[in-house]
Amino acid sequence: MKFYNKEILYGLYNDETELLRAVKKAGRDHLDVWDVFTPFPVHGLDPILGLEESRLHQAGFIYGMTGTLTAFLFMTWAFVKDWPIIFGNKPYWAVPAFIPVTFELTVLFAAIGMTVTFYTICGMGPGVKNPTLDDRITDDKFCVAFDVSGASSTEVESLKGFFKNTGAAEVNTKRI
Amino acid sequence: MSTIVSPIREPLILGNKTYHQITEDICRPTEAAPSKEWIIGFIVAVSGLGLYFFSVLWTVWNGIGSWNLNRTIGWGWDITNFVWWVGIGHAGTLISAILLLFRQKWRTGVNRAAEAMTIFAVICAGQFPIIHMGRVWMAIFIFPYPNTRGPLWPNFNSPLFWDVFAISTYFTVSLLFWYTGLVPDFATVRDRATGWRRKMYSNLAFGWTGSAKHWQRWESLSLVLAGISTPLVLSVHTIVSFDFATSVIPGWHTTIFPPYFVAGAIFSGFAMVLTLMLVVRKILHLEDYITIQHVESMNKVILLTGSIVGVAYLTELFISWYSGYIYEQFAFYNRVFGVYWWSYFGMMLCNVVSPQLFWSKKLRTDLWVTFFMSIFINIGMWFERFVIIATTLARDYLPSSWSYYSPTWVEIGLFVGSLGLFFTCFLIFTRVAPVVAIAEVKAILKSMGNQYVKNNTVADHALHHEEEEEHAAHGGHGHH
Repeated sequence: MKFYNKEILYGLYNDETELLRAVKKAGRDHLDVWDVFTPFPVHGLDPILGLEESRLHQAGFIYGMTGTLTAFLFMTWAFVKDWPIIFGNKPYWAVPAFIPVTFELTVLFAAIGMTVTFYTICGMGPGVKNPTLDDRITDDKFCVAFDVSGASSTEVESLKGFFKNTGAAEVNTKRI
Repeated sequence: MSTIVSPIREPLILGNKTYHQITEDICRPTEAAPSKEWIIGFIVAVSGLGLYFFSVLWTVWNGIGSWNLNRTIGWGWDITNFVWWVGIGHAGTLISAILLLFRQKWRTGVNRAAEAMTIFAVICAGQFPIIHMGRVWMAIFIFPYPNTRGPLWPNFNSPLFWDVFAISTYFTVSLLFWYTGLVPDFATVRDRATGWRRKMYSNLAFGWTGSAKHWQRWESLSLVLAGISTPLVLSVHTIVSFDFATSVIPGWHTTIFPPYFVAGAIFSGFAMVLTLMLVVRKILHLEDYITIQHVESMNKVILLTGSIVGVAYLTELFISWYSGYIYEQFAFYNRVFGVYWWSYFGMMLCNVVSPQLFWSKKLRTDLWVTFFMSIFINIGMWFERFVIIATTLARDYLPSSWSYYSPTWVEIGLFVGSLGLFFTCFLIFTRVAPVVAIAEVKAILKSMGNQYVKNNTVADHALHHEEEEEHAAHGGHGHH
C-alpha cells in the first residue's frame, strides 16, 4: 500500500450541498484544501476547488491520430510496396477499402491510450491499494481533507472550528 | 446540481431513497447468499454451456461436415447466430454511450447491465466465425502479423477482414468503458466488505479513492469513450452488413443494408435488455431503480427501431420490383413465397407487426406484455438473419443446384449452447458486480428521486437565489 506519510485532518458532510458550501467557504478563508473525496462526481466542485479542466481528451486525440496513421500507413506499405496484389481489379492503393480498418484502429488506440493514461496519472491499476480516509466516503459521506503534518495546534484548532461552522457531521485525523 | 427539472417529469428512483439506502439496495445481491431462483437459473445456464463445449468439440473433431451446410448454402445457423449476437450487443453501447451524449438520465438505471450484456453477447458472437473456420487453430491467420510466407498479408480490401477489426475493437472498447464505470462501484463494495471479499474487491477497485480530481478525469474519460463508442457501434453493424452488401449475390447486394442492419441491431438489443432487466429487477429486488419509466422508454426505442426495420423490409421489396432486374426480383419473391416462406412471415410478424402494439401506453407500460414482446422480437430478429442468409443461398443461379437446408443437432447445440454461455456469464456478473451503476444513480438522486421531483424547481430556485446573494455580497466578481 502507498503511504503518503501525512497527517490528515478531515471532516465528513452528509450532503453535497453542505460540501459545496464548505469548500466555497474554505476558498474565501484562504484555507489550503488537500483534497475532497465524494461518493459520486459532484458538479460545480471543480471550479470552486480551483481544478483545471482535464487534458485527457487532448491525449486521446493524439492516441487516436497515432492509430489512424498506423493503420493507414501500414496497409499502404503492405499493399503498395511490400507485396502488391490486385484484388477485384482495384488499384493497389485502394483508399476507400482502407477506411474501415483505419477508423477501427483510430478508436482502438484512442480508447486504450486514454484508459491507460487515466489509470496511470490517477496512480491506479490492478492490485494498487491507495490509502483511504473513511469507508463511508464511497457510500454516503462527503469529505474535505486538510494536510496538517507539522501544523501548530492553533492551526489545527482553527481548522476544527471551520468544520464546526460549516456543519461537518464528523471530524477526525488519520495518518496516511 | 442546478439542473432544472420540470415537475411534470416522472421520477426515475422510487422509494424515498437516501444515498446510503442506494448503496445497501444495489450492493446486497453481491453480499447475500444466492437465491433459489439464481441457483436454478445457474444450473440451467451451465448445462447449456456444457452442451456448447460438447458441440464445439464435436465440430472441431469431426469437421464442418457434421453440419448440414452444402454446395450452395455455405452459411447457415453459424453466421445467423453471429449476426444475431453482435446485433444484441448494440443496445448496451447505445444505452451507455449515445444516451450519455444525449444526457438521458434513465440510462443510469440500466447501463451497467446493458453493457455487461454487450460484452457477453460479443463474446458469443465472436466464437461463430472462428468455429465456422473448422480448423480453429488457423484463426491466427486472420491477423496481419509478420509470417514466414513472404510475409503474406491478409486482404485489407475484404469486409470479412474489416469484421475482424470491427468486432475486436468493439469488444475491447466496450470492456474498457464498462470496467472504468465499474471501478468506483467496486470501491463501494470493497469499503463494505471484510476478509477475502475485501481483498478481492480491493484488487478489482484498482485503488479508487473518490478524489475530486479523479472524478473529474473519470467523467472526462467516460465522455470521450462515449463519444468514440457512438460512431464505433454504428460502424460495427455497418461492417457486418458489408459482409453481405459487398458481395454480388442478389438479395444481399443492396445499399440499404448498413442502416437497416444498425436499426435492427438496436431493436434486437433493446429486446434482450428488456428480457434481462425484467427478470433482474424482480429477482434482485431493484424495482425502485429500474422502474416502469425505464421500461417505457426502452419500449419507445423498440417501437421506433421496429418501425425503421419495417420500412426497410418494404423498401427492399419495392426496390427489387422497381429495379426491373429479374434476378433481384426473384430473390425477393423467393424470400417471401419460397421454401422458407414461414421464416419470412415469422420475421414480419415478430419484428414489424407486433411492436406496433407499443403505440398504446397501456401495453408498453405492462410488464408481462413487454416481457413476451421482448422474447418475440429476439425470435423475430433471429429469423431476419436466417431469412437473409438461408433463403438467399438456397436458390442459386442454377436451378439444378437448388437445395434446402435444415440444421443438424450439432448446429442446434451450438446455438442453444451459446445461450448457455451468455447466461452463465450474465448470472456470474449479477453476483459479483453491482448490476446498477451506484455512483451514477446517486448523482441523479437529487433531480430524479421521487421525493425531489415534485418540488425540484423550487429547491433549485432557492439555491440559485442563495448564490446570487453571495455574488452581490462580493460585488459580483465571484465565479459561477
